[in-house]
Amino acid sequence: MNARPAIAQTTILPEAGEDFAPLYEAARKVYPQRVAGVFRRLKTALLIVTLGVYYLLPFVRWHRGPNEPTQAVLVDLAHRRFYFFFIELWPQEVYFFTGLLILAALILFLMNAVAGRVWCGYLCPQTVWTDLFLAVERLIEGDRRDRMRKDAGPLTFRRVMEKTAKHAIWLVIAWWTGGAWVLYFADAPTLVVQLATFTAPFVAYAAIGVLTLTTYVLAGHMREQVCLYMCPWPRIQAALTDENALNVTYRVDRGEPHNSMKKAALLRQAGERSGDCIDCLQCVAVCPTGVDIRDGANLGCIQCGLCIDACDAVMGKIGRPTRLIAYDTDVNIKRRQAGLAPVYRLARPRTILYAALIALIGGVMLYALVGRSHYGIAVIHDRNPLYVRLSSGAIRNAYAVRLTNKDAEPQKFLLTVSGLKDAKVEIVGAESDPRGQEYVEVGPDKTQEVRVLVSTNTPESAGSTPVSFLARTEDGKGEVLAADHFWSP
Amino acid sequence: MSDAAKEKVDPHTGTPTTGHEWDGIAELNTPLPRWWLWTFYATIAWAFLYWIAYPAWPLLTGATSGVLGWHSRDAVVEEVANLQTLRDPMNAKLAAASLSDIEKTPELLSFARAEGSAIFANNCAPCHGAGGQGSKGYPNLNADRWLWGGNLDEIQTTITHGARWEADPKTHLSMMPSFGRDNLLKHDEIVAAANYVRSLSGLSTDKDADLAKGAKVFADNCAACHGPEGKGNIEVGAPNLTTKVWLYGSDRSAIIERITNGGGGTMPAWGEKLSPTAIKAVTVYVHSFGGGQ
Repeated sequence: MNARPAIAQTTILPEAGEDFAPLYEAARKVYPQRVAGVFRRLKTALLIVTLGVYYLLPFVRWHRGPNEPTQAVLVDLAHRRFYFFFIELWPQEVYFFTGLLILAALILFLMNAVAGRVWCGYLCPQTVWTDLFLAVERLIEGDRRDRMRKDAGPLTFRRVMEKTAKHAIWLVIAWWTGGAWVLYFADAPTLVVQLATFTAPFVAYAAIGVLTLTTYVLAGHMREQVCLYMCPWPRIQAALTDENALNVTYRVDRGEPHNSMKKAALLRQAGERSGDCIDCLQCVAVCPTGVDIRDGANLGCIQCGLCIDACDAVMGKIGRPTRLIAYDTDVNIKRRQAGLAPVYRLARPRTILYAALIALIGGVMLYALVGRSHYGIAVIHDRNPLYVRLSSGAIRNAYAVRLTNKDAEPQKFLLTVSGLKDAKVEIVGAESDPRGQEYVEVGPDKTQEVRVLVSTNTPESAGSTPVSFLARTEDGKGEVLAADHFWSP
Repeated sequence: MSDAAKEKVDPHTGTPTTGHEWDGIAELNTPLPRWWLWTFYATIAWAFLYWIAYPAWPLLTGATSGVLGWHSRDAVVEEVANLQTLRDPMNAKLAAASLSDIEKTPELLSFARAEGSAIFANNCAPCHGAGGQGSKGYPNLNADRWLWGGNLDEIQTTITHGARWEADPKTHLSMMPSFGRDNLLKHDEIVAAANYVRSLSGLSTDKDADLAKGAKVFADNCAACHGPEGKGNIEVGAPNLTTKVWLYGSDRSAIIERITNGGGGTMPAWGEKLSPTAIKAVTVYVHSFGGGQ
């Protein structure tokens, strides 16, 4: 779909006398221009929402119970718990994160099949923070032309002050970004006070330092270089889109052949066709990665839609219909060139498949989450010795039984063993209740390991006998079961 | 070639080529960014700094020590000290509590068992086995028959002072005589006694066994320690001979060997090496094997 040769040439060509092609290229500074329009407003709104969530979420409270943290979203590494509003996850439930990652991947696939690099253009942290840093740059140093002029001009006192102010504000934002990150790992209000009074753990300051540096460097200095050279997603996402996917597209059928307004008018007077593109390069001027959308979808294009806004403004001024650049598909360009009406096929095998998989995995995860037990039991047979012969001739096996209580209150478990004739069960260190039953008390949100001795005078057979361990809460409402074996000579 | 590199641009992608061409296929020139090169140089510089700051280069008799003076041994010592500090509050509780209280308090029991299992693995497992299962001549600590007593206090005493450990004045000292080797009994008397001992726990005896003679030999020589009914005596570490648990085996030949050679195993007095709190922990751990009384 390249109707015209590319104009974006970033490579430094070899100097005269040099015998080889250049091995490295210097980064070309991009000066994105201010633009107004639908997609700019959408991006601004998303920027406020996503950054708002990121910076403020740690301060949202959620009441769980007397022994639980009150932070809505908390990664408690010290106690190995993850809290998300009403959900509490233990390390052994890490499969929920696996499911979440699978869901995230499939949603990314679906976004690409529907509307291309939506993630890159609107949601990626690199895009959002770069956008914020660019806004600061524009506020202090002016728009594209001002910045280009100032960068080319001499280093005056005013210029130094401007640069200092810009970098200072960038660093404050970057520092705040790192600061918000660590608040997800400890009680936020407490940690804020600790950070301010220099009593927070060293790791908190270290994490803030590292993230301040990465945010400042990536959003302030690296910008589009991250997308072009560091990020794997452009490559992967390029493979996920197809000819029916909506992408930010230069409608080459309408735009070409591009001519200056004067020449286009002359051509039209002479009864010849001229495209709507007047080669004003506004689409390139506003592009945050400095690509030319007229080259077609490419690695550098993050599909943020800002060129649509820029082109629409120009088309409005010259009295031509807007959306010369628009969300469109390759198929439609070919159809229009062939004189056919455009078609938009949202429901395609791949979009249906992705949506179905998202629904299926989401459903399975929801089912698992809602149906999961608050209690757990795990049994490990002693490896050595497998069995012990007692002085009476009875055979005894020993097990390590770990009981889990995810309730906010302590829970007493009654343990029974079935599958073995005349089984006698003894829990080391356990107390008996008035009925003579031994119970194990497990604290709130805790596990407790106990040593359980099972013996019988009449082992049924040589070798192993399957047995099951049943732990029932005192109120009889919760039950968990584990299978193991009883070994005899 | 330099001219070619300057001029040739791939018409499909708009990317310059390197000028290298094979059968009409040109190599596109998509160079790395220069900052990548600087990052690479920075990592090399970092490596040099690392060599200087940390131990790095092997020498004939050692290695360069690095200007920071970092040493992996020191790091371990520091980590172990940190761990000890973390354990101190629980260790203090363990030191203050009685053995039976430790066993009744789940928090202390878990801690004592965890600590005891490490101490056991380091010190006791070579003889008693990784799970305390014992072997011939080394008592099984899971079974419910104890030479020197199986309640918490008795286990603690045995661990602290050992058995037949002469350096410790409080050690368990008694020992079975070598009835055969020292000619205290004749061979036929030993065989008769062995048959009688087997009969005590219901094991088969020789067809021509003279159990009456065996009983007399037993009453004259063995009952003093093992008791008139062979039920043993923990005061002198004499095993109960009427149970299914045998330290040296229940075969006829194994019993004859025992009566002939006598003697008994040796256990070090761990009080010389382990702290009283550590002994408490390992006592609770051994008792929780389940054989304790």
